[in-house]
Amino acid sequence: MGDTTETSLKRTPLYDRHVAAGARLIPFSGWEMPVQYEGILAEHRRVRSHAGLFDLGHMGQVDVVGPDALAFLQWTTTNDVSRLEPGQAAYGMLPNDDGGVVDDIFVYRKPEGQDGYMVVINAANIERDLARWAELKARRPEFDVEVIFLTDHLGMIAIQGPKAEAITQKLTSVDLAAVPYFSLLDAEIAGIPARVGRTGYTGEDGFELFPAKEQVGELWDALMEAGKDEEIAPIGLGARDTLRLEARMPLYGQELGDTISPYEAGLGWAVKLDKGDFVGREHMAKVKEEGPKRRTVGFKTIGKTGAPRTHYEVAVDGTVIGEVTSGAFSPTLNENIGLALIQAEYAGVGKPLQIIVRGKPVDAVQVKVPFYKRAGK
Amino acid sequence: MSNPENLKYTKTHEWVLVDGDVVTVGMTDHAQSELGDITYLELPESGDSVAAGEAFGVVESVKAASDIYSPIDGEVIERNADAVDAPEIVNEAPYGKAWLIKVKVSDPSQIDALLSADEYTEFAGDSSH
Repeated sequence: MGDTTETSLKRTPLYDRHVAAGARLIPFSGWEMPVQYEGILAEHRRVRSHAGLFDLGHMGQVDVVGPDALAFLQWTTTNDVSRLEPGQAAYGMLPNDDGGVVDDIFVYRKPEGQDGYMVVINAANIERDLARWAELKARRPEFDVEVIFLTDHLGMIAIQGPKAEAITQKLTSVDLAAVPYFSLLDAEIAGIPARVGRTGYTGEDGFELFPAKEQVGELWDALMEAGKDEEIAPIGLGARDTLRLEARMPLYGQELGDTISPYEAGLGWAVKLDKGDFVGREHMAKVKEEGPKRRTVGFKTIGKTGAPRTHYEVAVDGTVIGEVTSGAFSPTLNENIGLALIQAEYAGVGKPLQIIVRGKPVDAVQVKVPFYKRAGK
Repeated sequence: MSNPENLKYTKTHEWVLVDGDVVTVGMTDHAQSELGDITYLELPESGDSVAAGEAFGVVESVKAASDIYSPIDGEVIERNADAVDAPEIVNEAPYGKAWLIKVKVSDPSQIDALLSADEYTEFAGDSSH
């Protein structure tokens, strides 16, 4: 149990701080990352009520720059990047040729006066995303564009929760109250220059911060110190997963994959078929026109049961109709929640499902998502 | 938390309190700590039989589900309904109020094969803490 000494795993600049804070470390996408500190339930609830700090040093970032940066992103991603004003961000996907998804991504148009875009990609997909973009660029050599991998010198941490703005405000002269959700700006936080996105993966307000890698530790310490009165604490990957699930945010490899259409994943809103041609568009248009054969639905189990977990079978009247993509005990709702990819004809809020938990069917009912929505949003 | 001297232990991280031909079985502090926040417990009913080395129940944390193994052969005479209702007590008091089941033992000689507190402490180590 708990062997975390594999030498091949990469460590972020915050590794020593995690160890000092008593974190339990696990291998994650080639990195040795904290899964929990004080406990997943407490960390989860702290982010919902106060604030938490996340080490996202494993995530990937690229800059997409050059005269054809916009045209290239329009062609290689699903959302309409042309709608982004300087300093605005949008969720989207990097499609494969068959209407499935190579990765889900966040595209930030750089602030006024800077050229190009920054794209944040999943740790597990860094190599395939870079290979995919290289392949697509080779396919259309007329695009004058460069995809520059930043992760080796850019750090990433997130501060999330209702107190995130107040804590961060203590460390910057930028008026954060005036910074809209889904935007990106350059700021100095505690005197450290960083790209600052008002984005996140928890369902709470907050910021994702991109300082130079060698200054990540200094920024982390400054935020921990500034947030003392607000009871800030570091949050591990365990709570990050339950937080994003309550907010019904997808996780690549579970809700999304090479053979799942964005329309099946419930992410059709991030596919803009009318923006012009893009990779995989025809397949996606066909799925939309015909209606997806599978749908991703939210459910809760009824009564006291084991938690639904990824790949558990989902049945109706004894017939398997799909599987759980993500499931967990929800620390906010104190009940079991999950997402399942099922045959479309069985989808509908209020309709029953059975989740096969360790060989036994457990009753569940489909519910509206997100499972959790913060007040005022 | 140290492992009480008056208990016996298994390599699958259960503890056993022997009282005549009845044993009380619970989960060790090491086990609850490795699992993290415990959110669900599935335990057998009175009258169910259990067998040494075989799973008699399931414990779930936020992260994962794990089997709980019986240290001995016998028949369940009571299960801890409080622990089923509020599984977090296993995190709070693994050697106290969060016992799991009481078993009427059919072969008392099996008790001799269990680990002492010292043996278990050495076996479990604390490398993961």
